[in-house]
Amino acid sequence: MIYLRLFFEFFKTGLFAVGGGLATLPFLYEMGSKTGWFSAADVADMIAVSESTPGAIGINMATFAGYKTAGIAGGVCATLGLAAPSIIIILIVAKFLERFRDNKYVNRAFLGLRPASIAMITAAGLNVVKIAMVDLSAYSGIETIPQIFILKAWILAAVIVIISLKFKKLHPIVLIALSAAAGILFKF
Amino acid sequence: MLPLLQRELTEKRAWISEEELTDYYAIGQCTPGPIAMNVSTFIGNRLAGIPGALAATMGFISAPFLIIIIISVFLQNFASIAAVQHAFAGIRVCVCVLIFQAILKLWKKSVVDIKSLILYIVILVLNLFSKVLPVSIPAAVLVLCAGIFGILFCREKEGGK
Repeated sequence: MIYLRLFFEFFKTGLFAVGGGLATLPFLYEMGSKTGWFSAADVADMIAVSESTPGAIGINMATFAGYKTAGIAGGVCATLGLAAPSIIIILIVAKFLERFRDNKYVNRAFLGLRPASIAMITAAGLNVVKIAMVDLSAYSGIETIPQIFILKAWILAAVIVIISLKFKKLHPIVLIALSAAAGILFKF
Repeated sequence: MLPLLQRELTEKRAWISEEELTDYYAIGQCTPGPIAMNVSTFIGNRLAGIPGALAATMGFISAPFLIIIIISVFLQNFASIAAVQHAFAGIRVCVCVLIFQAILKLWKKSVVDIKSLILYIVILVLNLFSKVLPVSIPAAVLVLCAGIFGILFCREKEGGK
């Protein structure tokens, strides 16, 4: 039964890939070589597609592999298989939290978790800055430091900041659409 | 993803507080699966129990699901189309701005004293230089250490809760 196999293979990946999308990669490579559902090149292509579409790479890969192997129903089975362990574990953690919400140790743990959480988001944000707004390959000595900043990108960023400060009610999706248009127009 | 969640859930609908969103994000790092999906499941559960959790998760995965099906059916070399690359290069710039605006908002509630500032800087540095360090520390381990640090050293009155 191909649908059940798709579900369980991606269930395993979903269960062990801790720490976001890229953590699924080693599992995906292994699954591809074991089952022949997709090749290593397919995984590389999917990384590119995942970087340019919304959604996490694990979910995208599950959809793609399931669809390729057994049509749309296959895509559904694989995607649900990937999501199922996360849902189950989150529900368990949430139940636990409800019971211990007023426990002082749980509260103290969260006082430590919050700055850690913000630090990780900052690191992720700086990573996107590195990809989108600086070009480290332009560096060839101390005098070339200004050249590593991609001027177009910093201008666009400044414009976005100004627009979002002026129109506080503007939905972020509008800003994203404007940036996409600017990207095509000015050939980023 | 975080800026959108922050905007939609804490500001527009006021479904959850900014502290809760930060807490869920921290837990989402430690449990398997994509972080944003874990956050969605959490929020759904918080608002409407298990059916809410399932609904939020299905909502979260259905858009990428449809997009990937469409791309698989119609576009062979989607990622190599020039216009697509330019558009996403522009979007990435916007994402930078949105992420840092969200960080600024969440910062005030999370980094409240000298201890939490030190914790923030240590975790940030460990994250940024994880490739240079001799051993790479998984994010889940960092989160667990931060939780233990909180239990040992943080006190509620300083947290201003």
